[in-house]
Amino acid sequence: MPHDHHDHDAPHALLPPDPALRVRALETILTRKGLIDPAAVDAIIDTYARDIGPQNGAAVVARAWTDPGFLGALRQDASAAIAVMGFGGRQGEHVVAVENTPTVHNVVVCTLCSCYPWPLLGIPPAWYKSDAYRARTVREPRRVLAEFGLVLPEETRIRVWDSTAEIRYLVIPMRPAGTEGLSADELARWVTRDAMIGTGLPVRPSA
Amino acid sequence: MTPADAPRFEAPWHAELFAMTVHLNKQGAFSWSDWTAALGESLARARAASGAPLDGGDDYYLAWLDALETLLEQAGTAPGAERRAMRAAWREAYLATPHGAPVTLGASGRDGG
Repeated sequence: MPHDHHDHDAPHALLPPDPALRVRALETILTRKGLIDPAAVDAIIDTYARDIGPQNGAAVVARAWTDPGFLGALRQDASAAIAVMGFGGRQGEHVVAVENTPTVHNVVVCTLCSCYPWPLLGIPPAWYKSDAYRARTVREPRRVLAEFGLVLPEETRIRVWDSTAEIRYLVIPMRPAGTEGLSADELARWVTRDAMIGTGLPVRPSA
Repeated sequence: MTPADAPRFEAPWHAELFAMTVHLNKQGAFSWSDWTAALGESLARARAASGAPLDGGDDYYLAWLDALETLLEQAGTAPGAERRAMRAAWREAYLATPHGAPVTLGASGRDGG
């Protein structure tokens, strides 16, 4: 059979990097053995791309600021309180809410790997997974926070929370001054991802 | 939500790997504590091998991939020889597929006339 020379000379599909081929190979093997359902894998990617992100955690924080009953429930059993809002933990891990006060600032790290409250904050940023952050936050939190632009008064105590496979922490920042009249929806826009990790503070929304 | 808050999958394979791991855990292939222990060990190995701190990007997901391959190797569900053969088959499929056409496994084997 003669070759089609036009096709033969055409550039082939762009070869993905080697790790991408390894991932593809795993997917194929596991799918053929019936161990994974590719549609379910795609659905997880879609969910994380579309529905899951820091907006979920921000809604929790804003409600804690405006609804004393919810704040009480959050203090008692954060996982249950958050599940009521529809942001269930996916691996059965417990969420613990840690509240900033005028004297205590909380910051979250995972020294083992990169445990992170995904249902509330989405996929962690690269810096959260970096060796530098994972190692230095425990050793010199004040300096690490300063590098994020967060310079805390000397008298503020910094508490570092090391996440595990079982426990994930969500920082509840202090409600900014001058936001008294705002609704929970408006307040949620002040709550950044970094404020809920503890490497930042709430920020006035730009628009 | 600011752009800095946007979810961060820097490459499609990061997302596929992440989702596959989450799905396998949901299906009961391994517990989440087994997973984090494997990932922790893999990160430590990667750091020792590179001699430099990991930056949390591609290197982090490479360690993740090593950890998942190791767990599946131990479980006997995706042995190394099988993984290497399948990776080679995908590589060949990409090289045999004209640019713009969907890449499917086995495309390279059909051109034998």
